[in-house]
Amino acid sequence: MMLTRRLNRYFLSTLMSINLLLILSACAPQDKEQSEDSIHAHSLIYCSEGSPETFNPQLVTSGTTIDATSKQLYDRLLAFSPKDDSLIPALAKSWHITRDGKMITFYLRQDVEFNHTDYFTPTRKLNADDVIFSFKRILDKNNPYHHVSGGKYPFFQTINFTELVKDIEKINDYTIRFKLNHADSSFLTNLATDFSVVLSAEYADNLTKKNQQHLLDTMPIGTGPYKLKEFRSGSFIRFYRNEHYWAHPVKLEQLVYDITPLNTGRLTKLLAKECDVISYPIAHKKITEHKDFTLDSVTSFNVGYLGFNVTKPPFNNTLVRKAISHAINFKAIINIVYGDQAQLSTSLLPESSWAHTSNKNHREYSLSLAKSMLEAAGYPQGFSMNLWAMPIQRAYNPNALKMAKLIQADLQHIGIKVNIISYEWSTFLRRLAAGEHDAVLLGWSADQPDPDNFFTPLLSCSARYTGGNRTFWCNKQYDALLAKALATTNLKQRKKYYQQALTIIDNELPLIPIAHSKRYQARIKTVQGKILQPFGGIDFSTVSKLPAQRLVNNQTKKNNIKSNLQVGNN
Amino acid sequence: MLMFTLRRLSLFFFTMVLLSMLTFSLRYFFPGDMLINLSGQINANTAELKQLAIDYKIHESIFSQYWQYLTNIFHGNLGLSMASQLPISTEISTLLPATIELSIIALTIAMVMGIPLGFIAAIYHRKKIDNIILTFAIVGHSFPVFWLGLLVILIFSIQLAWFPSAGDISLLFEIPQQTGFLFIDILLSNSPYKWQAFNSALAHIFLPASVVALAPATVFIRLARTSMMEVLETSYIQAAKTKGLSFIQIIYHHAIRNALIKMIRHIGLQFANLITFVMITEVIFSWPGIGRWLIVSIGQRDYTAIQNGLLVLSIFIFVVHIFTDFIYAALNPLAREHNHGS
Repeated sequence: MMLTRRLNRYFLSTLMSINLLLILSACAPQDKEQSEDSIHAHSLIYCSEGSPETFNPQLVTSGTTIDATSKQLYDRLLAFSPKDDSLIPALAKSWHITRDGKMITFYLRQDVEFNHTDYFTPTRKLNADDVIFSFKRILDKNNPYHHVSGGKYPFFQTINFTELVKDIEKINDYTIRFKLNHADSSFLTNLATDFSVVLSAEYADNLTKKNQQHLLDTMPIGTGPYKLKEFRSGSFIRFYRNEHYWAHPVKLEQLVYDITPLNTGRLTKLLAKECDVISYPIAHKKITEHKDFTLDSVTSFNVGYLGFNVTKPPFNNTLVRKAISHAINFKAIINIVYGDQAQLSTSLLPESSWAHTSNKNHREYSLSLAKSMLEAAGYPQGFSMNLWAMPIQRAYNPNALKMAKLIQADLQHIGIKVNIISYEWSTFLRRLAAGEHDAVLLGWSADQPDPDNFFTPLLSCSARYTGGNRTFWCNKQYDALLAKALATTNLKQRKKYYQQALTIIDNELPLIPIAHSKRYQARIKTVQGKILQPFGGIDFSTVSKLPAQRLVNNQTKKNNIKSNLQVGNN
Repeated sequence: MLMFTLRRLSLFFFTMVLLSMLTFSLRYFFPGDMLINLSGQINANTAELKQLAIDYKIHESIFSQYWQYLTNIFHGNLGLSMASQLPISTEISTLLPATIELSIIALTIAMVMGIPLGFIAAIYHRKKIDNIILTFAIVGHSFPVFWLGLLVILIFSIQLAWFPSAGDISLLFEIPQQTGFLFIDILLSNSPYKWQAFNSALAHIFLPASVVALAPATVFIRLARTSMMEVLETSYIQAAKTKGLSFIQIIYHHAIRNALIKMIRHIGLQFANLITFVMITEVIFSWPGIGRWLIVSIGQRDYTAIQNGLLVLSIFIFVVHIFTDFIYAALNPLAREHNHGS
């Protein structure tokens, strides 16, 4: 009985104290004050859309992986200037090109530290061995690391890197020389892309000794502004700052990628301020109207286009192609398909490219003009055509089927009957390469700012069968201009050649560029610094947070807690 | 008390046997290769499959298969998750504590809110306050939990931005796992941001726990109201009244204690219900608990996880039942003696 009574009393008093605790906790809503010592003041949570496949950008082209790895963990020999996308020194403090353009010498910085992490502590700074190892791994099939993680280097394969580079030589500890088979003015730009990262040779040797080669790409060691702490697939990536970063002090102590695949989930987390920055936001209007958030956008280096199969009549007739370009209401497409979140193309190149020249007499939407052109071409009654619409979503074309339906309705006005065709993506690509289509809605995303990355893969004669030229258009004069542009390093000269190439495209119109879409992200206003880049992955190296914005009602809140305490005691 | 304990223990034992037979039989109902479903080794080659067949005694009689099954459970060898390829026992040891934490806090909120309100309703029987509380109880009981979860996220996370909507703590805090119970791990950790982490964890648990608590709280209101009304009718309360004790004294010293004892049993019974709400709430709030894991596993056809997750969750619920029964018996001599007499 005594025991029972004691238990009884104990039970009641426990209940009372729990009561008190709960009232206390309930009345202390989330502490959002960012005082100096708060962890939120110098850490950032980025809500990303997916998990990276690997932590080595050499192995992939996926944007999600590049976003998570390239500019956070690694550096490249060269970088793009944030002002005008020209090349600036990075790990290489300077470089020299021989007159024939075939030998390029890089002089490396001597003060670059690799990441010190829980799993590896480097004993030396960056030197020529690291750079040679990083590129030999791609070039040399006999390199012990070439086949680790699959042996596929998709970016380097598309630019024919192995055929271009004859050899890499070590001149001394901080000087290396690339020997090329032929001059290529896009070579340097390719070395500045997100894919051309520099790995640690010392770490690789260390792993070889332990027989854990695969860790090179999953437990990364780079020279970048952040180092990897922890990764849980589908959940989060935790980075800490690289205290020894060579370029500048890194302001954020901790950077966390909160992997949130649902776009509504990302929006909720932004609004609840669980994420400081979110990728690919929805509800743009709601974000811009809110006083605490801003919406960032950058015009990406991409283009969505309508291409004609110029080997098939009637599309072998330039007038027919031009007639179609005047009969489609492109402004409506931008509005309906892209939701006004893209820029109407005036040429193949996006406006942010240095080689871009605006085309003043850009195709005008005019049915009468279109009709007269069709008559002149010999099709006054119109004709019937197959328009292929790609089955998947891409930034450059978020809904090709809808776009095809709009075009179908537009072309009806000038008597052209459009049948829309779509296959599953791999079948679609295969049949497209075989040239079964009349016209196709497709697009292209560039990996680097060099304009050649648009001209050669999309419209050159050599790209007809191996590359991305699905118009089968081939113009010797155009190809000659591209070759001339690649052979010179004089920017003004190159720009002139590219302008001429653009004029040829305009006159012949093998494809009609439709839009350059934008990439979006949303952030809390206290986050400072440029994260989105016009091409390639995002960059957190210069991001910081505005200092303490104490809540005004701080004092009142404390009083509330005090009075609650009294209530609880009663 | 001894007889009572023995009775409960034997009940526990036989229920466990039945439960294990049920989960054991599941292996014959799941589609696909039984060995792979059991071990979760989706990439096993022929040699490995042969070894697995021996390990699981798959070609022997059903009794030795069952015995092997029990042995495996006792050794914590529950196979690998087919989705993540991690041992199920490791996954459960991190997930179950999170669920227990959420359930305990939700149950506490439900009791703290529900029982006093029920008592008040009983004291003011058939008056305005009683009607208001009863209306609240019925309306609250009719809210579907998933809808309520989305609603509170909409109001408190999106509109007001007071509370976070997902997870159990801000990802910025790196808390090493020791017990699996987040609040305890935070207090054990030597992070310089200990108290910030504690605050963050409190803020994260508040919404999901409140959502889970609503339905049980309304049940408690009605139960507490009924049991208090019963107590107030009893002769010892009448006697106390005639002795001239004040109303407060009667309620506090006599009525509440006796009414509370009757409640304890119901709290145990509500627990199974509560776990169902917890599972749904975990999905909505991305709570890293066993309920969400189980529901995700169903979507991924992760049979190893489903089989063992069900077992662990059922054992957990049953243990809580037995536990509340013991508390009830310890606090209420009538329960023990009644059993003794019958």
